[in-house]
Amino acid sequence: MPKKIHVQAVINGQPMDFLCEPRQSLLEVLRDELRLTGSKEGCNNGNCGACNVLLDGRLVNSCLVFGAEVQGKAVTTIEGIATAQGLHPLQQKFLEHAALQCGICTPGFIVAAKALLEKNPKPSEEQVRHWLAGNLCRCTGYDKIIRAVLDAARLGS
Amino acid sequence: MTTSTTGYKVIGTRPLRHDGVDKVTGRALYGADVQMAGLLHGRILRSPIPHGLLRSLDASKALELPGVEAVVTCADLTDPGDRIAELGEGAVNLKHLSSNCLARGKVHYKGQAVAAVAAVSAHLAEEALKLIAVEYEGLPHVTDVRAAMQDGAPLLHDDLVTESLGKPTGKRSNIAKHIQFKKGDVAQGFQQAAVVIEREFHTATVHQGYIEPHNATALWNADGTVTIWCSTQGAFTVRAQVAELLGIPLSRIKVVPMEIGGGFGGKIRVYLEPVAAALSKKTGKPVKITMNRADVFEATGPTPGSYIKVKMGADKDGKLVAARATLAYEAGAFPGSPLGPGAMCIFACYDIPNVHIDGYDVVVNKPATSAYRAPGATNAAFASETVVDELCEHLKIDPLDFRIQNGAREGTRRADGPVFPRIGMVETAQTAKQHAHYTAPLGPNPKAQISNPKFEKAGDGANLGFEISGLRVPRRGRGVASGFWFNCGLKSSASASVNADGTVSLVEGSTDIGGSRTSIAMQLAESLGIRADDVRPAVGDTDTVGYTDVTGGSRVTFATGWAAYEAGQDIKRQMIARAALLWGVQPEAVAYEDGTLRCLSDDKKRLTFKELSEKLHATGGTIVGRASVDPPGVGGGFATHVVDVEVDPETGKVTVLRYTAVQDVGKAIHPSYVEGQMQGGVVQGIGWALNEEYIYNEQGVMTNASFLDYRMPTALDLPMIDTVLVEVANPGHPYGVRGVGEVPIVPPPAALANAIYQALGVRMDELPMSPGRVMAKLLAKQ
Ligand code: FES
Ligand code: FES
Repeated sequence: MPKKIHVQAVINGQPMDFLCEPRQSLLEVLRDELRLTGSKEGCNNGNCGACNVLLDGRLVNSCLVFGAEVQGKAVTTIEGIATAQGLHPLQQKFLEHAALQCGICTPGFIVAAKALLEKNPKPSEEQVRHWLAGNLCRCTGYDKIIRAVLDAARLGS
Repeated sequence: MTTSTTGYKVIGTRPLRHDGVDKVTGRALYGADVQMAGLLHGRILRSPIPHGLLRSLDASKALELPGVEAVVTCADLTDPGDRIAELGEGAVNLKHLSSNCLARGKVHYKGQAVAAVAAVSAHLAEEALKLIAVEYEGLPHVTDVRAAMQDGAPLLHDDLVTESLGKPTGKRSNIAKHIQFKKGDVAQGFQQAAVVIEREFHTATVHQGYIEPHNATALWNADGTVTIWCSTQGAFTVRAQVAELLGIPLSRIKVVPMEIGGGFGGKIRVYLEPVAAALSKKTGKPVKITMNRADVFEATGPTPGSYIKVKMGADKDGKLVAARATLAYEAGAFPGSPLGPGAMCIFACYDIPNVHIDGYDVVVNKPATSAYRAPGATNAAFASETVVDELCEHLKIDPLDFRIQNGAREGTRRADGPVFPRIGMVETAQTAKQHAHYTAPLGPNPKAQISNPKFEKAGDGANLGFEISGLRVPRRGRGVASGFWFNCGLKSSASASVNADGTVSLVEGSTDIGGSRTSIAMQLAESLGIRADDVRPAVGDTDTVGYTDVTGGSRVTFATGWAAYEAGQDIKRQMIARAALLWGVQPEAVAYEDGTLRCLSDDKKRLTFKELSEKLHATGGTIVGRASVDPPGVGGGFATHVVDVEVDPETGKVTVLRYTAVQDVGKAIHPSYVEGQMQGGVVQGIGWALNEEYIYNEQGVMTNASFLDYRMPTALDLPMIDTVLVEVANPGHPYGVRGVGEVPIVPPPAALANAIYQALGVRMDELPMSPGRVMAKLLAKQ
């Protein structure tokens, strides 16, 4: 088995150390080594967004990033979005709008939408659709997801 | 339009789903999230060829790799013989089911599982797969349904003999089955017709496309019991299938249904579960297997490609007089396409006196097909609803008026036998006709602009987009189509225990794919007169809840909801008895209304559900209500859709501008999730209509087995999907519920084809209607 690499990173605000094989993706590290299974694997090749995380604030597909690449960086996953004060407005709006059915795509959509609203707090419907085009949902037809994001934006998240 | 009872307290409201917070915070555990100490990772070796004999398999090199713990092949499953078993998803040929999990002597499609490895890491297991030497003897393959039906086509199964109308014909062929439904006399019917249209259609193989790949974790314990954690639409059918494939009793197996990331019919048959169990037996450790996306495309149930010929006739008054159809569905590697449902649904929207339907189930060298949302019905409706549109064009009748005139009603007999009870087909067409979408102008293209789609203006072929100073401008069109799905009932169980704080813990057996936990809990809450939030629902495993059939057939809110309702009645009876005991009266002297118990002989004696709950422990213990149901009274689902498209005549690209889905939903328990089912179904239908297809090369290999190349709709490809919930109560359910999940996928391909026709004047007869196919039609016309 290949020699493991020691990596230090800040995961959801907490400094962490982990070991990973050079070939392990960040998604694998999160799920299998750190047991943060909220990030999902839908395709493992960058086409569904279920594995979306923020890397130093930037939206990435964690299946396309090597675990070893996050040395010295900050990673935010779906598990790091709610706080002790409660759900993030996006999470609340996803619930209120019934924007999830099976829910497997939901972590990716929420992480991606958070990145959007941080960049563009008042997006148009077209901008939301464009930004979220990298996230596949097979259950909802997107309608309620788009409404949830627009509503969260209205709330000024 | 509503005939449903109103005045409910809980039903028809939109509470937050009980499992919602776990799902928006990433805490909900899906099948692939299962972790346990000592877990091994399994990977599957798959056939690189579409058809061939397995000559030899040597895994010795793989087993030498440090960290590799076991390899299994079909020899590690029990030899199923040639047996048909009823395993909770219809009759299953065990030989086929077993070969589909691990090939037995022969491979029938590229991607078929041949062997599996368990190793300490997934990467290592993948390395080990490369070290397994397999010798194949390639055979000629066939991947198209009509080619496979020809005499002289390569035969997939030496022992497959065509069964026709229930009897073996003795003829060896790829045609597994020929079915027929007849009503009246079609020859005579067509003689009365003023207009007869006959057309042929082809549809491509498409996939359910759930975002979560298949997965299974199994632990074969030292005492011989097996526990399986997986993403499935039916824990009990997994248990039954695994018991047969491993040759062990049901009672030795516990299946724990994890949260499931979509299924749409594709997560009923087992693929990985018996293999993971066999690997666990060999290693003594838990083994987890997950598929990658290419595996999902190449080796799990797509829905059939098909060839369909439809002939329909109407008299001069626009009354349908006869209909004839021939359907040939690709079953994939093993018999069992959803041909029957396709044939049952193809003309079910209409009251037609003379009908003749023939259907053929045909094996081809593609993955074995499985159910996909209203299985078989979408292919069929694409054909029949396009022909209906053409009839309307010739008769110069508004297509919705035609549906109102000819629509199936209470008392209409379907060609396959059943007579409809109260249904809402006509109501969906009436509602669509009055909808603002249908009366709105189509938009900027002046020639195509219409206020009400009369067909005189379209289809003359004169307006192919040259209007504005020689430039080709996008053309708009509007299309409508209807659809039917019969929905299922089947068996469901639920039990509910009353907590001291006045809440109720509900355990039900239906895995929750789209919020059904909540719609079931709401029916229990309604029956008890308590709040939805005061019911805490959980999905049980096969050891903790009574037998429950699969989450499929749009049956869960109907049948498991009914079980919850009955469990509520059971609780009510016991609560009444307890109150009677407290008050020293007979149970008949206690009334239960709106969540309050009242003594009929003494008006001052009242207890709310909560107040009585507090007293249960002191008066004999808690109360558990339970029910197991197999309800009749299933209500069929009808939908009528309206869509506006814009087609770019330079590229053939179709853009959906506006979409309205009207559906008879019986009674919407949780309207948001009903709308969600409709929107999701519509969008799957749009993908099927415009983009999605399995593309095969000459070698019989799918060339687009990724989400990049198999294009499912993204948020950017779509408008909002408007929904109109028509509530024609199902007389067969205590709350009027009809299944709602499946029918919304049925109309979209035909509605889009009809809209494209209005835009361009070309009739599309093949799915998907991708830009290339639209251009080809357009060029052929010019
Ligand atoms: S799993 Fe990373 S994009 Fe699909
Ligand atoms: S909710 Fe199931 S994939 Fe989006």
